[in-house]
Amino acid sequence: MTPAGSLLAAEGLHKAFGRTTALDGVDFSIHPGEVVAVLGPSGSGKSTLLHCLAGIVLPDSGTVRYGDHDVTGMNDAQRSALRRSDFGFVFQFGQLVPELTCLENVALPLRLNGVKRKEAQRHAREWLERLEVEDTAGSRPGEVSGGQGQRVAVARALAARPRVIFADEPTGALDSLNGERVMTLLTDAARDTNAAVVLVTHEARVAAYSDREIVVRDGKVKDMLAGLL
Amino acid sequence: MSIGHTLLGLLESGPRHGYDLKRAFDEHFGHDRPLHYGQVYSTMSRLLKNGLVEVDGVEAGAGPERKRYAITDAGVTDVAQWLARPEKPEPYLQSTLYTKVVLALLTGRDAAELLDTQRTEHLRLMRGLTERKRKGDLADQLICDHALFHLEADLRWLELTAARLDKLAAVIGS
Ligand SMILES: Nc1ncnc2c1ncn2[C@@H]1O[C@H](COP(=O)(O)OP(=O)(O)OP(=O)(O)O)[C@@H](O)[C@H]1O
Ligand SMILES: [Mg+2]
Repeated sequence: MTPAGSLLAAEGLHKAFGRTTALDGVDFSIHPGEVVAVLGPSGSGKSTLLHCLAGIVLPDSGTVRYGDHDVTGMNDAQRSALRRSDFGFVFQFGQLVPELTCLENVALPLRLNGVKRKEAQRHAREWLERLEVEDTAGSRPGEVSGGQGQRVAVARALAARPRVIFADEPTGALDSLNGERVMTLLTDAARDTNAAVVLVTHEARVAAYSDREIVVRDGKVKDMLAGLL
Repeated sequence: MSIGHTLLGLLESGPRHGYDLKRAFDEHFGHDRPLHYGQVYSTMSRLLKNGLVEVDGVEAGAGPERKRYAITDAGVTDVAQWLARPEKPEPYLQSTLYTKVVLALLTGRDAAELLDTQRTEHLRLMRGLTERKRKGDLADQLICDHALFHLEADLRWLELTAARLDKLAAVIGS
């Protein structure tokens, strides 16, 4: 059972890598349009939680539900189809396909969802404009700056209008001004489309763009709204 | 803050009346604490006496707010010298937060707990500032950024302290 009105919810997640316990009984839920910051020390399990929620990694036990779907009950193909159609991803580094131009990178998720080439590229160009990096359209990721590349990555994450955006240190490689731009554009776009954002960050100024925060420590989650461990 | 230098600096872009000076000051620097008219006039008469400003004209009607002031060459030099002088960095070492953390450590309490509780409170304020920045003009952005970076600094120090403590505990525990 998912908490009332939630879009994505996890219950009792456990995940170990060999003898390392990364998640030790984690509950989590997020509503449409909500931005939740995931905080906590390095190695505490933040990225593992994000990967489990997104169906990239399967937990050893516990469930992840997305709407009516039991994500943890799906096979690999079903989970990757779900990721393509409903989720968007922004990571700190190296998420763009180096052989494609920035425009093609942004159009890629649309193409994978069956949108025609012309239409996908027109749409991708709009997103590049919205993120103020339309100049990079014809360049390859290796030919643009880190800040530009990151904004292209945000454009790509948003282009297919995902219902949930997973962002792991999306501003980690950016200076303050670019970080602020990325966060403003990311959260504005999420608000406009009523998408949920799971935002892993260690920066308080970035977390300040969220509606609420949870803290992960030693694989356990503390919901600061509820104040319970 | 040096009100004299600030008012002088505001006059550099052109002569202003007393009421106009107060309005400009409040708009840029007095969000939480607007100037009193009394402060404006006592400051301006001191600047007049020191030859840093001159009276450029008087509007019809009574009251010192009708006087129009202009900055003199000596005034411009004074502003330039003030801007060129570095401010003494404020280390904020005596804050209540610092005292609480040290006491928590001395008495064997959980620093991580203190960190999480304090961060929630800090983030509440930081969200408000971020929202104000989102909707505001450039002046709002500058003011809010200044506050946001200081608040973040508190939290980074708390985080580092909590992390150091874990290491310390691990050393003692082993
Ligand atoms: N693929 C993996 N194989 C082995 N161990 C892993 C793997 N992924 C994560 N871990 C371990 O699980 C724990 C949690 O890692 P995770 O990446 O979730 O931390 P994190 O909170 O994201 O840290 P950071 O802030 O440094 O990114 C760590 O001890 C890590 O070493
Ligand atoms: Mg991580």
